[in-house]
Amino acid sequence: MSTEIHPLEIHDLTVAYHKRPVLYGIDLVVPRGSLIGIVGPNGAGKSTLIKTIMGQVPANSGWVKIFGKPFSKVVSRVGYVPQRESVDWDFPVNVMDVVLMGRYGRLGLMRRPTKEDKKIALACLEKVKMLPYANRQISNLSGGQQQRVFLARALAQESDLYFMDEPFAGVDAATESAIIEILHDLRKKGKTILVVHHDLPTARKYFDKLLLLNMRVVAFGPTEEVFTYDILQKTYGGRLTILSEVADAVGEVHPSSDQRE
Amino acid sequence: MNDFIPSFDFYTVFVEPWTVDADTNIWLLLMGFLVTTACGLIGKFIILRRLALVGDAISHSLLPGIAVAFILTSSRATFPMFIGAVIAGVVTTVLIEFIHRKSRVKPDAAIGIVFSTLFAIGVIIITVFADHVDLDADCVLYGEIAFVPFLDPVELGGMMLGPFPVVRMAIVLLILIGLILLFYKELLVTSFDPALAASLGIRNGVFHYGLMIVLSLVIVSSFESVGAILVIAMLIFPGATGSLLSDRLPVILWMVAGLSFLYALLGIHLAIWLNCSIAGAMVVIALLLFIFVWVFSPKKGLLQKWVRQRLEDPDSPSSTA
Repeated sequence: MSTEIHPLEIHDLTVAYHKRPVLYGIDLVVPRGSLIGIVGPNGAGKSTLIKTIMGQVPANSGWVKIFGKPFSKVVSRVGYVPQRESVDWDFPVNVMDVVLMGRYGRLGLMRRPTKEDKKIALACLEKVKMLPYANRQISNLSGGQQQRVFLARALAQESDLYFMDEPFAGVDAATESAIIEILHDLRKKGKTILVVHHDLPTARKYFDKLLLLNMRVVAFGPTEEVFTYDILQKTYGGRLTILSEVADAVGEVHPSSDQRE
Repeated sequence: MNDFIPSFDFYTVFVEPWTVDADTNIWLLLMGFLVTTACGLIGKFIILRRLALVGDAISHSLLPGIAVAFILTSSRATFPMFIGAVIAGVVTTVLIEFIHRKSRVKPDAAIGIVFSTLFAIGVIIITVFADHVDLDADCVLYGEIAFVPFLDPVELGGMMLGPFPVVRMAIVLLILIGLILLFYKELLVTSFDPALAASLGIRNGVFHYGLMIVLSLVIVSSFESVGAILVIAMLIFPGATGSLLSDRLPVILWMVAGLSFLYALLGIHLAIWLNCSIAGAMVVIALLLFIFVWVFSPKKGLLQKWVRQRLEDPDSPSSTA
């Protein structure tokens, strides 16, 4: 065992929907303990990348290895937070039921959650400051509370590698700081986290590393190295509204930069 | 004076059924309860997965499956009929998905294409082979629960269990309850959050097809009594009414059983009063109970909302208007 086994390794991955390529020639090696933001314009294939890694979308070519193995062999080491809007929040379950779903992968077929599972679920709710809501019907939650429930569920999975799809979308300030705290806590424990994120200015603030994606990997590296005007322009093309935002954002790092308009 | 509505006589409507005609009505009540509970339980999961229309589709597209089974075996035995129903149910599900995926036709349109065509094929088979098949479209469409008590009784070790369709329905219901208990958490997570389920290594496809197969079996065992059209009401009403009363799935599933009993009991009395189809009367009762619950539900009822609004805001425009 001379070479380290990486949490995530992708080689030459290509994905197409209805013969139109969505992702093209993705190569990526993610080291352990990184907190990575996946950033790119709409339709850049950010969610598709995550779904392909977890085998929900078939790849046309290339391979993905998670801890050196195909996804299906390491399911319990991977946690997932889908987009909040992807589920029906009128579903007849309460907060506790949803968090317990995070334990299902470990339970296996035909086994019911034990007292131990419930204890873990409650501890996870405590971490996201949602313990008083454990018996609350999920339709009575605000957007931020819904997101925290999803996060608690992911924590209950006790995984080593996490994928989160837009966890910051439409949440309040308290939830935002709660999520950041938990992400940093997970990283400290040596977990690896990949977060799809659509807001550029905050991306620089939240993540140590950024993966700039637009069908291909435009850049991947430490945030301070890749969050530059040139790379962002390459990622977003000529979308002016975003670019002026970018200019402002980059301007904050390099106030003397002549790129600023 | 009024010939449309028969006169209401308490003795004939409420006493006679449980004294003079008790032998018959007890089986009607039991069959109505079993059919509606089985349909309501699986129907709740179908509704939660936004597949109510697929339930509708399968109830119609089982016809060619059953018809072919009858022709091949020239009998109305249960086993070939169940096989035919399962094959037809799976074919329906596969075709809907295939058309939707490959042609970019929207799912509701794909459902419409598939079930009407399969039903048409069923009608053609039945009319072409009319001489060989002891089966008419009316029987499959409407069913007749009133015949159930007089069908061949089942004996087990010298003990009379009951008419064959009732015993068969009871077995189907028990299997259904067993499956729900065994796979409750998988059904829950694949219905609520299929993306999470997939990431947990739970195969959404297996549960989707499993559900469709069990749905086909429940529907085919209900055909004789309620038929292909009214079975849709039995799939939807109990779960929809239950969800107006509770926010917890296990509680709703218990309510399905309670509501089913009420549908069957009140349906029988309504049918005796009006001298009409029992299955039809059960559906009318289901609708009346749905409206009643919608208005009076303690948690989500219209009345409760109205009262609460008045208490919170006595000067609202509605009170001054």
